[in-house]
Amino acid sequence: MTEIPISHMLFVSTALFFIGMYGFFTRRNMITMLMAIELMLNSVNINFVIFNKYLYPDKMDGIFFTIFVITIAAAEAAVAIAIIINLYRSHQSIDVEEADNLKN
Amino acid sequence: MMSLGAIFFYIISAFILLMGILAVTTRKIFRSAIYLLGSLIGIAGLYFWPEVEFIAAVQIVVYVGGIVVLIIFSIFLTQQSGKEMPRTNLSRNIFSLLGVIAGFLLSCSLIHQYGFEAGSQPFDNAVSRIGLYMLNTGKDGFALPFEAVSILLLAALIGCIVIAMKSVPTKSTK
Repeated sequence: MTEIPISHMLFVSTALFFIGMYGFFTRRNMITMLMAIELMLNSVNINFVIFNKYLYPDKMDGIFFTIFVITIAAAEAAVAIAIIINLYRSHQSIDVEEADNLKN
Repeated sequence: MMSLGAIFFYIISAFILLMGILAVTTRKIFRSAIYLLGSLIGIAGLYFWPEVEFIAAVQIVVYVGGIVVLIIFSIFLTQQSGKEMPRTNLSRNIFSLLGVIAGFLLSCSLIHQYGFEAGSQPFDNAVSRIGLYMLNTGKDGFALPFEAVSILLLAALIGCIVIAMKSVPTKSTK
């Protein structure tokens, strides 16, 4: 199990984080941007679990941070989807370019 | 010669990254949600692999069973799911790709330089131990964040209802 260096696991989570970031930069649809954010949060969770398991096995902090991140991500997704549905009701679109009421 | 566990790790990682790339590049929004589902299941597998079973179970219950279903619901409420999304313009695509690759290389070089060393102690993450820590008010306990998160969840729940509620047109009394 420890024959895989920790850096390989961290490479996976880094790659996932930057995939999510690419999606966040290129997508213009709010739901797909939300999905990209979920990918980024998940990559952070992988890091917490790996650090806790292999570097500080006598502590539990990484596990708890992961649990709290998952909880807050769930709350965030629910609030974001409520906002998206409300926006769709008033604009008939969920494109971020069209939600510019505060600009003019 | 790699052991079976190592081969599993690389297979799961390749699956996660492939599904993630497909989720952010496909132009049909419903397929994007399904690829996200695959990526999240792969991440749950990645938690099962180092024997962190409780987090893997939480991942499946909350993400796969909750958030993805919520996202698919909102896709059905707001989009024609068969329609392709418009293509992003080329310059934005190129510049975000460049930025992302630069960030990835920087982070990878930092990780490589630091060279994390794994300890050999066993890691006890039985659910009973997690529960004891979670409700412990002592020095290592997590009782305060637990309560704070429960209040946050309640606030988010009420906030969602208030935001998504259809506003009733009120007659002006003046």
